[in-house]
Amino acid sequence: MSSNLLSGAKILLNCLARENVECIFGYPGGVTLPLYDALYDHTIKHVLVRHEENAAFAAQGYARATGKVGVCCATSGPGATNLVTGLVDAMMDSIPIVALTGQVSTKLIGSDAFQEADTFGITRPATKHNFLVKNIADLPQVIHEAFYIAATGRPGPVLVDVTKDVFQAQAHYSPVTEIHLPGYKVYSEGHGGQIRRAAQMIWEAERPFVYAGGGVIAGNASRELVSLVEQIDAPAVCTLMGLGAIPAEHKNFISMPGMHGSYAANMGMTHTDLIIALGVRFDDRVTGRLAAFAPHAKVIHVDVDPAEISKNRAADLPIVGDVKRVLPKLSAELQSLAGEMKAKNAAARQAWWRQIRDWREEHPLTAERSETEIKPQHLMAEIDRLSGGRAIVASDVGQHQMWAAQLVRFNEPRLWINSGGLGSMGFGLPAAIGAQFARPDKLVFAVVGDGGFQMSIPELATIAYYGLPIKIVVMNNGYLGMVRQWQELFYNNRLSQVELSCFPDVEKLAGAYGFTGRTVDDVRELAKALEEAVGDAGPYLLNVKVSPFENVFPMVPAGGAINEMVLRPPQPVEA
Amino acid sequence: MQQIISLLMENKPGALMRVTGLLSQRGYNIESLTVARTLDPTLSRMTITVDVEPIMRAQVIKQMNKLINVLQAIDVTDGPAVNRELVLVRVRTAQQNRTAVLKEAEIFQARVVDSTLEGFALEVTGDPERLDEFVDVMGSYGEIEITRSGIVSMSLDNKKLRLSPPVPRGAAIEEALELQGAD
Repeated sequence: MSSNLLSGAKILLNCLARENVECIFGYPGGVTLPLYDALYDHTIKHVLVRHEENAAFAAQGYARATGKVGVCCATSGPGATNLVTGLVDAMMDSIPIVALTGQVSTKLIGSDAFQEADTFGITRPATKHNFLVKNIADLPQVIHEAFYIAATGRPGPVLVDVTKDVFQAQAHYSPVTEIHLPGYKVYSEGHGGQIRRAAQMIWEAERPFVYAGGGVIAGNASRELVSLVEQIDAPAVCTLMGLGAIPAEHKNFISMPGMHGSYAANMGMTHTDLIIALGVRFDDRVTGRLAAFAPHAKVIHVDVDPAEISKNRAADLPIVGDVKRVLPKLSAELQSLAGEMKAKNAAARQAWWRQIRDWREEHPLTAERSETEIKPQHLMAEIDRLSGGRAIVASDVGQHQMWAAQLVRFNEPRLWINSGGLGSMGFGLPAAIGAQFARPDKLVFAVVGDGGFQMSIPELATIAYYGLPIKIVVMNNGYLGMVRQWQELFYNNRLSQVELSCFPDVEKLAGAYGFTGRTVDDVRELAKALEEAVGDAGPYLLNVKVSPFENVFPMVPAGGAINEMVLRPPQPVEA
Repeated sequence: MQQIISLLMENKPGALMRVTGLLSQRGYNIESLTVARTLDPTLSRMTITVDVEPIMRAQVIKQMNKLINVLQAIDVTDGPAVNRELVLVRVRTAQQNRTAVLKEAEIFQARVVDSTLEGFALEVTGDPERLDEFVDVMGSYGEIEITRSGIVSMSLDNKKLRLSPPVPRGAAIEEALELQGAD
């Protein structure tokens, strides 16, 4: 036997090493036995999670915190199906991950073998692309294609399903130096003529408004975005996925638009005459009722995915390209036109800024506080204070997510990690695990609700085992708060199945895993409790009992126009 | 309305599933779909007829083009293109109508592919509207059964096929993009 014969499992790991993979989040099983045997003495680190869904979420946390491709791994059948939520989540938020799954041996496929599931078929709509490898000769090529597809263009999840016999087979391995995907088009440059016309439109606008999203984060184009915003001195909003693309403390940053966006952001969007949309998809949570959205605005839409252009809102000027490459060109065009055009609308633009400032002052986003109870907004303000705009905050889904998005500042990209498009409960804790592995230098908060936390409790073991100093902050209102909010407002306050009355004693719970847990319900102790959690060298579980009936405002009711916000809770009518 | 899409794709496992899955996922109804190999056996040509709101036509094509295995998706609804369909018709007809049926078949340039005492099996190709007429006419002579192929389309446009070049691997992805972006 020749000495450079390698097993499929080893070839796979070599390919991962060539893709600079540092760690894999996974869970072993029957058909991945050969792979885990090869991992036993390989340099690639494997993080053992407690549920495959969390492997996918952790891989996402890693990818979201770094921009690198996150990797997760699961066995066939239930292992693979457990990954699906994490894959769809990554698909919705355009997060680059590669999922490796084992499949039953080629000769058993189709026989309803033990732990067989049609992973390839099941994950087709859950991924940007997927592969089934039944021949060891195809394996290296496929692995590199998977990483390339995941990371380029509009990023997304790619799944590679590998049969057990391929892991076990032996083959000569020669590193792949080239891949060829003739049908995979990556549009990055943007059309020069379109960019020039965009520059003209920007200088011609009286009330320009920058609407930046997750595409700016994915494209690592924060710096380019900030210089554009400063060059044209336009007010700018970041979507839920784009928070941190412009530093929260930047003078041009208004806040988040949309269903729970600020008054100024939504009024700005409604009254602008030019939306400069960068890496966004005009999601329904941002636009509200589409027909009433930004009725006076022309739209410049820059996106790397041509299918996003004019999908929801027709673009007056589409630019298909990578924001990181398009924005510097746009800046150059703006510069060359500035001499003749910049001064033209100066007065109108000053008036526009005055208007924006008025809106901001009229209804600012402020954290309410109470003397007697812990308002959830107060909790977020305290997290913000300790973060100083620099900590990673991995959030779950629901009311706490919206309050954190409104009230915690993010002065850098890739600090705010949340499930935006799919809204997967149980995301926050495992995503924090991935983020902490990616950024051991960073303070990482997992800000979760009492609902989502209970979906990911098993991962406390992962946190404890690896000694990850994650600060888990449970915003505990005893309810599935967001669902209850809708039941209160739109279902005659008939609170159906939203009460979470049984919650574990966190001191005992964290203690059982060997780290510190504490409950705080006295508002006077909140600040100190959080400081203590942050000061602790290890993991910390802080259960914060907040006022149970607080709701998130402003709020645009479903189907409403975004300028028809409900700004505060409906007041009881005087008799 | 009806939209006709011509699709050139790599002959990879699951390719057909990706296309049909995409259509159902995005809420488009497939009216017909034909697929077969091209001169290059590694590629397939597919013609899909979907029922779609006119405003969504561009979106359907964009989504198709995003599929990794699709080399080119073009909208051939408004041509220039030749759209043809084949229909097989079995008509049961009384003895005295046989001559008339054959006469009608001739008008539609249909061929008799089987003849029995009960009637005929006929084959005809043409544009779909003409086939509808043929089916109606045959139906007037007696009980019929039909099988239609769905539309096959050939674009007469000289739309250039743009393929992505190979990408070096092992190099950083940024470098690879550098090469790809140089179009």
